[in-house]
Amino acid sequence: MKALASTPVRRNSVPPTPEDRALLDATWRDPPGFRGWCMAVNHKSIGRRFIITAFVFFAAGGLLAALMRWQLAVPDNHVLGPDTYNQIFTLHGSTMMFLFAVPVMQAVAVYLLPLTLGARAIAFPRMNAYAYWVYLFGGLLLFAGFVFDAGPDAGWFAYVPLSGPEYSPGKRVDYWAQLITFTELSALLEAIIIVTTVMKLRAPGMTLTRMPLYAWAMLVTACMVIFAMPAVMFASTALLLDRLVGTEFFNPGEDGEPLLWQHLFWFFGHPEVYLIFIPGLGFMSAIIATFARRPIVGYVPMVLSLVATGFLAFGLWVHHMFATTLPDAGKDIFTISSMLIAIPSAVQIFCWIATLWLGRLEFRTPLLFVLAFFVILVLGGLTGLQLASVPLDLQLHDTYFVVAHLHYVLIGGAVFPLFGACYYWFPKFTGRLLDERAGRWHFWLWFVGFNLSFFPMHLLGLDGMPRRVYTYPAEMGWGTLNLLATAGAVLLAAGVLVFGGNVLRSLRHGERAGPDPWRGGTLEWATESPPSPANFDALWVVHSAYPLWDPQPMARVSGLATSHREVLVTTPGVARPDTRVIFPDPSPWPLAAALATAVLFVGSIYTPWAVVWAMIPVAATLTAWFWPSARETAEHLDVERAP
Amino acid sequence: MIEQTSGDLHAALTAVGVGAQRIAALWWPSLWICTLVFCAVIAGLVLALTRRGRAQDGSTAAADDGDRRARLPIAAAVAVSVGLLVVLMALSVGADRALAKIDAAGAVEIEVIGHQWWWELRYRDPDPSRSFVTANELHLPAGRPVLLKLSAADVIHSFWLPTLAGKRDLIPGSPATLVLRVDTPGRHRGQCAEFCGLQHAHMGLLAIVETPAAWAAWAERQRRPAAPPGDARAARGLALVEQGSCAMCHNIEGTRANGVHGPDLSHLASRERLAAGTLANEAANLAAWITNPHRYKPGVTMPALTYPAADLDAIVAYLSELE
Amino acid sequence: MTPEPNRALDVAALPSFGFGHRSLTWWGLQGIVAIEATVFALAIGSYLYLATHAARWPPTEELPDPIWGSLNTAILLASAWPNQIARRRAERYDRRSAQRWMLVCLAFAVVFIVLRVFEFRSLGCRWDSSAYGSIVWMLLGLHTVHLVTDTWDTAVLALVCYTRPFETRRFVDISENAVYWYFVVASWLPIYAVIYWLPRW
Repeated sequence: MKALASTPVRRNSVPPTPEDRALLDATWRDPPGFRGWCMAVNHKSIGRRFIITAFVFFAAGGLLAALMRWQLAVPDNHVLGPDTYNQIFTLHGSTMMFLFAVPVMQAVAVYLLPLTLGARAIAFPRMNAYAYWVYLFGGLLLFAGFVFDAGPDAGWFAYVPLSGPEYSPGKRVDYWAQLITFTELSALLEAIIIVTTVMKLRAPGMTLTRMPLYAWAMLVTACMVIFAMPAVMFASTALLLDRLVGTEFFNPGEDGEPLLWQHLFWFFGHPEVYLIFIPGLGFMSAIIATFARRPIVGYVPMVLSLVATGFLAFGLWVHHMFATTLPDAGKDIFTISSMLIAIPSAVQIFCWIATLWLGRLEFRTPLLFVLAFFVILVLGGLTGLQLASVPLDLQLHDTYFVVAHLHYVLIGGAVFPLFGACYYWFPKFTGRLLDERAGRWHFWLWFVGFNLSFFPMHLLGLDGMPRRVYTYPAEMGWGTLNLLATAGAVLLAAGVLVFGGNVLRSLRHGERAGPDPWRGGTLEWATESPPSPANFDALWVVHSAYPLWDPQPMARVSGLATSHREVLVTTPGVARPDTRVIFPDPSPWPLAAALATAVLFVGSIYTPWAVVWAMIPVAATLTAWFWPSARETAEHLDVERAP
Repeated sequence: MIEQTSGDLHAALTAVGVGAQRIAALWWPSLWICTLVFCAVIAGLVLALTRRGRAQDGSTAAADDGDRRARLPIAAAVAVSVGLLVVLMALSVGADRALAKIDAAGAVEIEVIGHQWWWELRYRDPDPSRSFVTANELHLPAGRPVLLKLSAADVIHSFWLPTLAGKRDLIPGSPATLVLRVDTPGRHRGQCAEFCGLQHAHMGLLAIVETPAAWAAWAERQRRPAAPPGDARAARGLALVEQGSCAMCHNIEGTRANGVHGPDLSHLASRERLAAGTLANEAANLAAWITNPHRYKPGVTMPALTYPAADLDAIVAYLSELE
Repeated sequence: MTPEPNRALDVAALPSFGFGHRSLTWWGLQGIVAIEATVFALAIGSYLYLATHAARWPPTEELPDPIWGSLNTAILLASAWPNQIARRRAERYDRRSAQRWMLVCLAFAVVFIVLRVFEFRSLGCRWDSSAYGSIVWMLLGLHTVHLVTDTWDTAVLALVCYTRPFETRRFVDISENAVYWYFVVASWLPIYAVIYWLPRW
């Protein structure tokens, strides 16, 4: 065994010295240049990439929506033919659900969670990088398919038999099925990363009952991902097998069951809505507390509500299937469970209103976006109660009423809070504030544009307009309301442009933020903006849920290595310091493994043998990733100490 | 806000059928309850935002007694919400039971088969010779229940006539039923409500509710074989239909056209619309449809057919006689 | 926020690894186990759904021959033993013994994979013959994927332990590797029952 070069171990002191800081920066920084960019593992680099990519897909999905609204603006329109329209609405739904809504929430968490928990890094940093690359390649695959006229066209829900081998020949649906595999793999890995980070990397003293509500929201979301996403992965794999090797899962002629697809899809699809919405609830709690300048009323009921929502979300998938041939008696049970889930949401809404009532309000842009939630999400939630009723659903199901409802819930419950979060945390991410005046323009364009676009759809649905039609005859009388909806879409697009312009301008010329521009109460505000590569010069020890508002001063952690990527691991319940663990160095292997994975997934669209031969590069890259370099081994040996 | 420019009813709340009426009767209380809740939440929010007399000092109220003071109002609001939810649940379950109780005794039995992208309608009679087949235009007798037996020939479709009843999916391999009862004559329009491929948008359905006498007369006409050609031009049209591509997909009762893939044309001229509600049934439209159906319904299974003008005239003339 | 400069919590003396839920690996592994258990549950659920909706299940007279499957089950159950020993030895920092027992585990896994080939051949149906064939192949295939990946994991870990300078955190890896194998064993039992015995019941 050859002798290993060893680095002298240096540990931080309290208060941190300039040498500590310099050493920490050097230790935790991603390597420079393009090579370094490919090897990055720092959660802030990956998080930033992840967020930007998700917003690019959001813009692309929005553009597709604009095209649909253009086509539907007037009856008997010919801007898009049925083939293009069907691809576009499928791509819009798939992009927004799989490439934007779920990933963007995880992306923000990748950047923010370690900061808000007071940690040096996110758990499993290489897996985090891999999850990002897999997500990116999946998204690129879907849009490449669209550009080369292989855009899926069977809807984002891909109901069989329409999406099966007989009625969707060609490779379009296979691209969709593999997009699912890519993005679900990414989301599942991120879920594991988030659960581990929240449970094990919290600052000393941050017991579960002192954890920010945002972290609770992400913990619940990640647990839901773990149990919901496998259903759609399993279903899309079965669909791909039906199409590729002639299995008969969904073929009614050979004992297969089209309804099995719907069960599997909605067993994922309904929790999906909540795992988009729950991170939004986390943003709400963070922003309201700061701009009401007081803790959120009712910490325990808030946490219990989040957890209850997570559980109940798995018990109501059948309400997407009320018009099918399922037995009637069972459907009423799902009506009741679908209505029950309103209770935890109501508890949270009342707690927030109480917080606003008691607090001292500062009407800054983040708070405006959060207030819109109360109007839009509440309305969407109430139409949700109507859809949960079997008789009403038999009329409303698959009409524009549902289109209105789901956009009220998802945009009101997730996108408005997300924009609020952008204004709130942008200074943390970049060191500069977004412009307030442009922020207000953005807000009002969106608030008015959104309601103008989607409120008329309720009426259209009641007037008998089904979803997913590429055109409609003039004599139905749906023209005026559709034109209004399209006008609203123009305002929404203008709002996005204002936001984009604001971001680009503020990156250079925005007001400098300093560490804590909003006087927030949680730990991400206890470090500079943007944070240094190691997040904190010395970790904080916390005593309450809003440690920065605590009259009692915070202590700091000393003795953590500055010369090595050492992370403090705490116990899951009360966050007592437990072990010091060395985190992996930057590595090109996550990217290489993601490329190999992409080859496997894309290859298997065309031949089942790709699963066999592409397994070799996947196994090779994963092994290389795990294989310790001499340097890494030396680092571990430097600091190792048995319990 | 809702404009109604054609005479065919299609708004769910203009409920005419018994099923649609029972659903509309649930809609209004549910709308009032939801509106009440919405207004209460917004009022609470506005009060919270505009309240005066807040503490104005600089320190952050990390530990005040707000939580304790807020406990009772929050609990009360949750209790009221739960109460309203229970009311909504009870109303919903009650309406569902009422829907299940629509009596089907003595019903007219109609098989509805969804195709990409048209509706096959098979009127069943205990006496098989009195059964008949039509497409896309459902005639119903007022006041008498109708039992629809729903199935799909290819992909999932959904049967929906908003003014008559809630929708019901047509799923391959899982037959379903739906009972309709409409007490007044009138015209109703619906269309497929489950995305079914390229021409999902053009899968319309017309329902005409008639007095029992008028309906019986209509059914009697439908039972007859197709009318023989009335003149030489129509006879030539029939010959072209029988010998050309038409007969490969379409059936015309009493002729040698016995195709099974497309809509039955035995009484085509008695129907108001062509191609599942896409075009008005007029000679010019029929000719245009035959020569280029993809102009109106891109992707439709029917191929474009080229005929010399005289032949096309003859075919249209013959089909226009099929009352 | 006025930090008191001289109040510090010193962590320099903490250990650099811990077993079970003290280690991050354990948490990551529990996540993977939860995901895969969900997949297995969904696959079994799908089997039951298809079975209850089919007119005849299985559609032909030929039932899967349980000989190879039962033999494999016995081997799999037996393999929990060397894994348990490897885990115990690792947790007692007995490096040589833990490594050696890991090789025994590897041998069991390889035997199992070889027998799995015979098992596929004894199913008595093809994946494309009917939905029954599809779901049976899916169940067996899913489990085989886990088997192969865990065998590969074990092989790589053994290789690292034998060829690289030994880091004490490998004790945790060996211990967690055994935990994952328990999952492979435990998840097999319901699948075995569904594939071989449910159609006979």
